[in-house]
Order: sequence, then C-alpha cells, then structure tokens
Amino acid sequence: MNKITEPIAQAGQCLIFMFRMLAGIRLSLSQILTVLQQTYLIGARSLVIIMICGFFVGMVLSLQAINALEQFGASDQVSLLVGKSLFRELGPVLTALLFAGRAGTSITAEIGLMKATNQIEAMELMAIDPIQRIALPRFAAGVISVPLLTAMFNAMAILGSVVFAIGVMDLDSGIFWSKLQTGIYFQKDFIGGMWKSFVFGGTVSLIAVYFGYSARPTGAGVGTATTNTVVMSSVLVLIFDFIMTSFLT
Amino acid sequence: MQESASQVVGSEEPVIRIRDLVFRRGRKTILDGINMEIRRGSIVAFMGPSGAGKTTILRLISGQLRPDEGTIEVNGELISSMSDRELQHFRRNIGVLLQDGALFTDLTVFENIATPVREHTDLPEPLIRRLVMSKLNAVGLGGIEYLMPHDLSGGMARRVAFARAVVLDPDLMLYDEPMTGLDPIAVSTVRTLMRETNNALGLTSLVVTHNVKQMGHLADYCYIIAAAKIAGEGPPAELSSSTNPGVDQFMNGKVEGPIPFHYQQPGAAWSLLD
Repeated sequence: MNKITEPIAQAGQCLIFMFRMLAGIRLSLSQILTVLQQTYLIGARSLVIIMICGFFVGMVLSLQAINALEQFGASDQVSLLVGKSLFRELGPVLTALLFAGRAGTSITAEIGLMKATNQIEAMELMAIDPIQRIALPRFAAGVISVPLLTAMFNAMAILGSVVFAIGVMDLDSGIFWSKLQTGIYFQKDFIGGMWKSFVFGGTVSLIAVYFGYSARPTGAGVGTATTNTVVMSSVLVLIFDFIMTSFLT
Repeated sequence: MQESASQVVGSEEPVIRIRDLVFRRGRKTILDGINMEIRRGSIVAFMGPSGAGKTTILRLISGQLRPDEGTIEVNGELISSMSDRELQHFRRNIGVLLQDGALFTDLTVFENIATPVREHTDLPEPLIRRLVMSKLNAVGLGGIEYLMPHDLSGGMARRVAFARAVVLDPDLMLYDEPMTGLDPIAVSTVRTLMRETNNALGLTSLVVTHNVKQMGHLADYCYIIAAAKIAGEGPPAELSSSTNPGVDQFMNGKVEGPIPFHYQQPGAAWSLLD
C-alpha cells in the first residue's frame, strides 16, 4: 500500500471497527455497569483539568473582548461575545482537545499495553470478544463524558468571565447577565454546541480505542499509537468543527 | 502432591488429528506437511528451537490462525474451516495458559478467575464465589483473591492464570512456555499442577516448551519441530537416546548439527548477488 491508499484503508478499518463495537451493544446490567465505571475513570477524572482550563479561558476571553470592545464603547457586550464564542465553538472544541490529551492517550496506552501483555489474546482464547469487553465501554464512556465535560467547561468559563469582567474590570453585573440571557439561544447556541461535543466525543474515543487496539504490541508501538491518537483526534475535531459549523449556522 | 509422569499415556482415541498441515507467513514456510494424532488424556510436548513454529501449532489448533493447506480436527470438528461464531463456541472448551499468565491487570485475582464464568454461564454469585475459591485453593493460593496482579510474584501469577484456565473444566489445555522465567520451586509446582489436573479432569494437554528436562518428567509424548517439519517424535525417554542427528542436537543442546544457527531468510542467497 502506498501513502495515498494506506490512510483510506485505515479509515475503512476504523469504521469496520466502530460497527463491530456498535453491534456488541446489549444493554445488559454488566455492560451498563462497565460503561458507568469507565465514565467515572475517563470522564469524572478529567473534570479538574477541564474546570481549571475553562475558568482561565473565560478570563482571557473577557480580557481580550473588553480590550477590543472598549475601542467602540461597547464593553457592556462582553458577556454576549464570550457566551457566543464559548457555547458555539470554544467549549466543545477545547474540551474535545483536552479530553484527547487527558483521556484519549490513556485509553490508547491502556489498550495497547493490554495487547503487548497478551491480555487481548487471552480474552480471545477465552471466547470473550475484546472489542465488546474492552473497546465498547471506553468508547461509550467517551461519548457520554465529552458533552457533560463541555457543559462544565462552559459553566466554569462563564464563571471566569464573571470574575474578570465584574470583579476586576468593574462592569455592571445586571448588564452582564441580561446580555447573556437575551443574546444566547438555548436551541441554536447551547444545543448546537452539545451536538458538536457529542460528535467530538465519539470521534476522539473511536480513534483512541482503535489506535490502542491496532497498536504494535511493543513499547515503541504503544508510544506511536498514543501520539497518533492526539494528532489524529486534534486534526479531526477541527475538521469536523468546520463541517458542523457550516451546517449548524 | 504426587506425580505420575508418563504413566498416563492417554486412551487410543485421538482427540486431535492434523493432516498435511502447511502454514506460511509471506514467502516463509513456517510449517510444512505436519501430521499428528494426539490421544485423549495425554500430555504432549512441542519442543524445538525458537521460531520453529511450536506456538504457531497451538495458534492453529485454537483457531487463531488458519492453515494454508491441510486440516485440523479437534473432537471430530474441523477447526480449520470453522466460522468465527463456531470458533467462539469451540474455545469455551479449551483452557489456555500463556507465557506470562496474561492476567487482566485492572481486575483482582478473584475477578480474573471469575471472568470466564461470568461470561459463559448464568451461575448465581454465591456459586461463582465457591467455584473461584475452590480453584484458587486447588492451586494453593487460597486467601489472595483480593490482590491485584501486580501484587503477585511470577510463580503466583502463573498459578492464578492456571486457575483461570481450568475454571470451566475444559477438555483441552494449551500451555505456551508455562515454566519460562520461574524459579525451580515454582517450575516444579506448575509441573505438578499440570500433571495432577490432567489426570484428575481427564484433559488433553499440549505444551510448548524449550525445557527438555522438565518435559522428560511431565510429557507422555513429544514432538520436536525444526525447519518447518517434525524432526522427531516419541516418548521423552526414547527421544533422549535417539540417534537422529536433529533430535540428538536439540535434546543435548549441541551447536553443531542439522538445525542451523543462522536465520534462513527466503531469497537471501539471491540478495547476495544483487
């Protein structure tokens, strides 16, 4: 295979992998419990980094927005600008990128290491499908976690904006909240952003489990797969963001 | 524990039949024209130099690999032509002990052993607990069920993996280098477990190993695989005194002999002329 056909073949294999995972959905109690456990491990444990980053992104957005809007005498519009940018773009995209770095890498490394230590082979020999048992719960946990993390990122970013705009720059709090309330639309801004984060969560998780599962079973192979997860997730999140923004606006 | 090596030689009924087996990886022929009949209840060892294709035979028997030519029958079922679903069903009756145990690192010892039971049966939790604890006690490790795999020594991990492999009482046990990297006491413990379990449950066991001395104590019948073919076969005592040059070289660890020291890359002779 050459450099043109190889990525196409790999994309095809990744899709087949996804269909094999989805075919394994049983909604049994044990499967639900495993998904919840993984949601805790990869979702809840990413909360701290998401909250800290969200808070500072909100602050820096306010700082830049106030500097720019002051030139036109429109600094009271800061909450609208911050809210629109966050809910539509920055919240879903930055959360997905952070999730790829924090959880995506750990998923790939964990599955790659399981392969290198023959745990995947042992599972196959026990007539247990490793794609259902290992990959599916992590993928589902990613799809569930990223929208929830995005909501938390947005909330913390608004808090950061409040702290900077009202606390530091002394803007009127009534105007800040009223502009936010009247200018941000639930369906168009919030739900649109949630759709994006749902797709990004699926994309990052699929790439993470696929690269882990197809990693060469060596130290170097797992390292390469982990790097590829971050690179490929980041690129695809930004590409999908453009495509979805084109359709949603 | 008392061993009875080479006393149980199995019934006359073959449980595994391999006919004219050929397996290739790319241009390299790994196994060429292999024929075997393995009798029920016996412990059969596959020995030979590294890369000779011993583990490949186990993978072909378990259906992880498909032969390029020939057939493999286990209990009268043709493994080489089974669908994935049929293979899944077939594998419920085999137990496998891999070289490093391959315990699931995110599960406790108890959960490791319980995994195949939960996956393939609907037993209630108290019964699963009793079954797991009885297997753990059988391998001499009662009371460690709450430990994680990283808390275990190599020998303990191998015994836990052994308990997991036999928890569903399989008909066929496959061992891939079960004694590699263990201290002499652990080697004897694992060897004794293998023999006693084989006798008690009436299993058929296939063992891939380099350990000529241990197989002399354990195996009923040995195959020596070299250069893609069966270089020699027979009971261990017979092989030890064999005059066949390939068998003699392997059994006595000689450098000189028909089994080559240099790796033979297909087409290597031509590349020298390029």
